[in-house]
Amino acid sequence: MSEKNRRPHRHLAYKTISILSFCVIIALWCLLTYGGMVTELFVPSPTKVLSTTVDMARDGSLWINCWMSVKRVMVGWFWSAVAALPIGMVMARSKAFSAVIQPIIEFARYLPVVALVPLTILYLGIDETQKYVIIWLGTFFQLVLMVCDTVGSVDKNMINAARTLGANRWQVYKEVIFPAALPGLMDDFRLTIGWAWTYLVVAEMVAASNGLGYIILKSQRFLATDVIFSGLITIGIIGLLTDFAVKILTRAIVPWHERLGE
Amino acid sequence: MSMKEKLLVSGVSKIFPGKKKNAADVTALKEINLSVRDGEFVVIVGPSGCGKSTLLNIIGGLETATSGSVIVEGRAVSAPGADRGMVFQGYSLFPWLSVRKNVEFGLKMQGVAGLEREKAALEFIRLVGLSGFENALPNELSGGMKQRVAIARTLAAKPEVLLMDEPFGALDAQTRVVMQELLAAVSRETKSTVLFITHDIDEAILLANRIYVMSRRPGTIREVLDVDLPCARSHNALVTEEFLALKRKIMDMLWRESQDAAMNR
Repeated sequence: MSEKNRRPHRHLAYKTISILSFCVIIALWCLLTYGGMVTELFVPSPTKVLSTTVDMARDGSLWINCWMSVKRVMVGWFWSAVAALPIGMVMARSKAFSAVIQPIIEFARYLPVVALVPLTILYLGIDETQKYVIIWLGTFFQLVLMVCDTVGSVDKNMINAARTLGANRWQVYKEVIFPAALPGLMDDFRLTIGWAWTYLVVAEMVAASNGLGYIILKSQRFLATDVIFSGLITIGIIGLLTDFAVKILTRAIVPWHERLGE
Repeated sequence: MSMKEKLLVSGVSKIFPGKKKNAADVTALKEINLSVRDGEFVVIVGPSGCGKSTLLNIIGGLETATSGSVIVEGRAVSAPGADRGMVFQGYSLFPWLSVRKNVEFGLKMQGVAGLEREKAALEFIRLVGLSGFENALPNELSGGMKQRVAIARTLAAKPEVLLMDEPFGALDAQTRVVMQELLAAVSRETKSTVLFITHDIDEAILLANRIYVMSRRPGTIREVLDVDLPCARSHNALVTEEFLALKRKIMDMLWRESQDAAMNR
């Protein structure tokens, strides 16, 4: 009982500390810039970054760039999830299948995605597909292994119970393994969406004419550090929002898991 | 009780190959023969590590025997199936399903329609004394209640034989007695055929029509004892003359077993 009463209190304390840690960073930023400790060229002031962001929002470019980047991240990540889910699930349950697939994936996941850019352009050209593929390459191989691991850690007794209750192979996957692994899978998804964002700049490095990664790269040429900061902060905020959305979604689809943990 | 054999285990051995190079093979089970008749409650009692769980898993089809056969209702079996329902010590409930959905699980897998399934589930939930908890999630229940759900879930799937692997091992002493009495009553009411394993001698005598006493590794059947207690199966039986005499006999057997093991070491 007392355990339960303490919970909201602890939760509030956690949030307060989280917000405070952000405040400290912003305060430091203010100190460095308004205090004249670094030049405007290297670290633009908060007001400068804010006004640049407002300008970009006014002329609409911010929204277009956000949308293009979100779309690239989401499409690329979505297809990697669609492919990784069944492959990872079967890998976790079948030694033979794992023997075929695992070495290939372990090999591929060490290939730096940046180094694959020339080949993707050669094979796919420079349209949107190439950008989706870059993000797919960055997340798929990691996600397969994470799915395999999550599914592999499903309580074996639960699977045995299902089999002695008459479940066939397919039913075991659908009715037991998938729901049992779902909380862990949602965590895997949340983490890999974050990684997808880190590959965005790689995807928008070549032959892009919009996107948050693109404006950051372009600004380098003009030493427009205010735009770089604005782009970075925007990506960070989108990341936080995505994380939050996935957490809410997780709570909605696996409510039984919440009650057990925390 | 008819004399028909529901479950027949003949000549089952299990040898685990040595893990390391040059390591000797380990014989876990050696030439096990046993039978469970229709409606009978059979208990296998033996010291820890005698291979009784391995034996139950082989019967359940979760492990394969090195040799020998398992026959249920005249058919040889090697894979798991709904004809041999299992109850585990760790409950193994599905935490995302309500009590009712857990109990319906087996019937759903067998393609029974929703309404009929629900009716059957409610009946078995009532039988194990959990009416009112149909919509609770497993994590909201105590250990004893979870095991009631597991028993109802297994019975609802209509198995030929109910296999129970130390189902009350994780429960506290008081809850265990309550669960033993409940199981005795439920299995009598549903005319279930049960094969139950435990290392608890009291539990074995309280529940069994017949007891197989197993030896230490390599696990073999040491003795078969018929239990014919006159009074009803409840905790009151634990202090009767007949009960204590039988208990002494089994304890002697297991004690001699451990003496031998110590001598051979």
